[in-house]
Amino acid sequence: MSQLGIVYALLGAATAVFLSGAGSALGVGIAGQAASGVMSEDPSKFAKVLIMQLLPGTQGLYGLIIGFVTLSKIGLLGGGVADVSVQTGLLILAACLPIGIVGLISGKSQGKTAAAAIGIIAKKPDQFGKAMLFPAMVETYAILALLISFLAVSAIQI
Amino acid sequence: MAVLQMQRISICALKKNRKAILEKLQALGVMEINHIIDDGDEDFQKMDTTNARMSFDKAAASADKAVELLQVYAPVKQSMLASLAGKELVDEDRYRQVIDRKEELQRVVSRIQTLDKEKAEQKAEILKLTNSIESLTPWLTLGVPMNYKGTAHTDMLLGVMPAGVSLEEVYSVLAERVPDTGGVDAHIISADQDSTYVAVFCMRREVAQVEEALRGRGFAKPSQIWDKVPSQAVDNMRREIAEREDKITQIEQDVVSLNVNKEDLCLLADYYRVRADKYAVLGQIPQSGRTFVISGYVPKKYVPRVEKLAKQYDCVLDIEEVKEDEEAPVLLQNNGFASGAEGVLAAFGLPGKGEIDPTSIMAVFYVFLFGMMLSDAAYGAIVSIACGVLLIKFPRMGDGMKKAFQLFFWCGLSTLFWGILFGGYFGDAVNVISRVFLGHEVGIKALWFAPLDDPMKLLVFSMLFGVIHLFTGLGLKGYMCLRDKKYMDFLCDVVLWYALLCGLLIMLIPSELFASIAQMEIVFPPFVNTLGKALAIIGAVGIVLMSGRSSKNFGLRIALGAYDLYNVSGWLSDVLSYSRLLALGLATGVIASVINQMGSMGGKSVGGVILFIAVFIFGHLFNLAINLLGAYVHTNRLQFVEFFGKFYEGGGREFNPFKANTKYADVKEETKL
Repeated sequence: MSQLGIVYALLGAATAVFLSGAGSALGVGIAGQAASGVMSEDPSKFAKVLIMQLLPGTQGLYGLIIGFVTLSKIGLLGGGVADVSVQTGLLILAACLPIGIVGLISGKSQGKTAAAAIGIIAKKPDQFGKAMLFPAMVETYAILALLISFLAVSAIQI
Repeated sequence: MAVLQMQRISICALKKNRKAILEKLQALGVMEINHIIDDGDEDFQKMDTTNARMSFDKAAASADKAVELLQVYAPVKQSMLASLAGKELVDEDRYRQVIDRKEELQRVVSRIQTLDKEKAEQKAEILKLTNSIESLTPWLTLGVPMNYKGTAHTDMLLGVMPAGVSLEEVYSVLAERVPDTGGVDAHIISADQDSTYVAVFCMRREVAQVEEALRGRGFAKPSQIWDKVPSQAVDNMRREIAEREDKITQIEQDVVSLNVNKEDLCLLADYYRVRADKYAVLGQIPQSGRTFVISGYVPKKYVPRVEKLAKQYDCVLDIEEVKEDEEAPVLLQNNGFASGAEGVLAAFGLPGKGEIDPTSIMAVFYVFLFGMMLSDAAYGAIVSIACGVLLIKFPRMGDGMKKAFQLFFWCGLSTLFWGILFGGYFGDAVNVISRVFLGHEVGIKALWFAPLDDPMKLLVFSMLFGVIHLFTGLGLKGYMCLRDKKYMDFLCDVVLWYALLCGLLIMLIPSELFASIAQMEIVFPPFVNTLGKALAIIGAVGIVLMSGRSSKNFGLRIALGAYDLYNVSGWLSDVLSYSRLLALGLATGVIASVINQMGSMGGKSVGGVILFIAVFIFGHLFNLAINLLGAYVHTNRLQFVEFFGKFYEGGGREFNPFKANTKYADVKEETKL
């Protein structure tokens, strides 16, 4: 039975990484299309639109953080694998869900917002500071999910 | 911390001094031209300077073009950092020399452009010739000119047939369609994958029938005919191409030889730009028969300079305060530390009418919060050193750029500070290196505590910093109310909120919820608890009663007050928003340790060390870049949304003085006023 615990825990780490990574990939992709459109008209805006495109990329990193913390918690990274009971494994899986799911959805939404903000830069490049705020608003929720996932994973005793 | 006070200065002077005064004002660059005289005024007219301005603009543009062409013909390598170097500083003498030589330089400009045009023409010709050679190539083995008229009785038919047509086929087609011919002689000149090129000799009287017959098999006359033997024609064309190429080289050399004028042309372009601006202003100022008036905003501290300037001429100078209904432009002045954050403030909006300049207070929080989000000593040192080096190396970089680097220099120092407190040096690089490569693990202990070990503690502190930040914002609002003598607003919108929020905080801290988050129990003496409750009740009741005080209807007033009280939830979410300080700090640290872990996977060997160095450099550069971006974005957000939301609206107009707007170089002012 105890073997299944570690499977659940690893599933949690995987969920955190692949869902939020997928969200970021979608978001960065959407923003990248808009950025390419602007670039084709005005290559001098490269730096600004690149920053905008990067904004939805953070969800993937947040997922990576949770994945990494989980892996090191269950001892899969060097050293012996911890003895994880089924209950603990499921706890870890549950703890990983917030960043996974919120990362997926917010990554995509943030990508759309970033694409719209790239539209602002195309027309009013001097409004860069404010344009950047709109995607950052979406990111707040990814950060909150990261916090809860992180606090939950680090609170689980093994 | 100040918005500079503006005054309106109006100068009325004689027309004969118009040019001199305008030029001096432009060189001074402290006055924003703004006229208040109506267009309908009979005594004053405006001069139409559109034509003059446009011709100067055009001259500036063509000088710019010439400079660009010189860069194309004689490229000067520019490093990636060249854009930071800013404008050159030139002596006034040098500038005068250039202006004296302006006719000559103008000729250089048109010479460069003519040469470039010639080169383009030569290139077009070469292209044409190359195409001709290509279309002639299949006919190269033809020994007669393509328009060969034949002999007395025979004629030649040249043409293209589909690919794969053989000599036998040609003959059989002819035998079939023109059986009673007096004799035909067909040759295949060449063949490629698309077509076969044939020459057919036949009797002159049968030409039409033969051609008709061949056409049935896809025969078509060549599209271009040369009156020379193809091989000869090609030779001629090759020679011509070579000649034209020589000419292009010559042209290029000519242009390169003009490169010595590049700097002068830059100055010339600037000169025309400045004059165009001057004429634009000249077109705005009202003029009468003998006099003219120029009026605009000048920051108060620069007024003496304008006065001194005006005293040199016969004129009337009038200084007045900006009127209530006028919206004066905004110019900020801050000390060396805070001025860096002016760019951040401008991105949100300059202070509107009656607002204070929050830059210096914001700068302190900005640097503090930024460092907490990045929170790695090594990263902070890198950022600070990089910004410092760039600032020293390029002392003449553009103003906006300079301010940004200044800000990030301080942010880097703050990051260093927080990194030392939290014990992050490239994440856990010291531990990993010592463990994997040196055999025994050593680490630098955090001066305060490591956030990874005790995230809840940092969460509580993040929110504490948030509360301080937000209370400062509310305090600034209070300051503005007091300054404008709106004591009622101060009491209702600021003091009551302070009372409510402090009361709620005092009630929250001894509670179980707080104890479980902070993992420590704080017990206040009973009278403090009572005080907290009292404050909260006074605040809440006061807000319900007073927030809607502008409304006469008592019911509506209470409803508005209750709605305002609902803003407590806004305060809650604002404070929770500061949890990103913890999250972003963790992000830096954890990603850094992921990188270190990945790098150390090669183990203790030569290959392992190489792998570690490679992963370390690229990985940490990536982490630094992505977290710099994150810290920048989220610090801005905390300032713009949470902090400014409490007291600041912005919406001021930037001070845009009449000055020498140059592109390449600034002129050193010789005649100091």
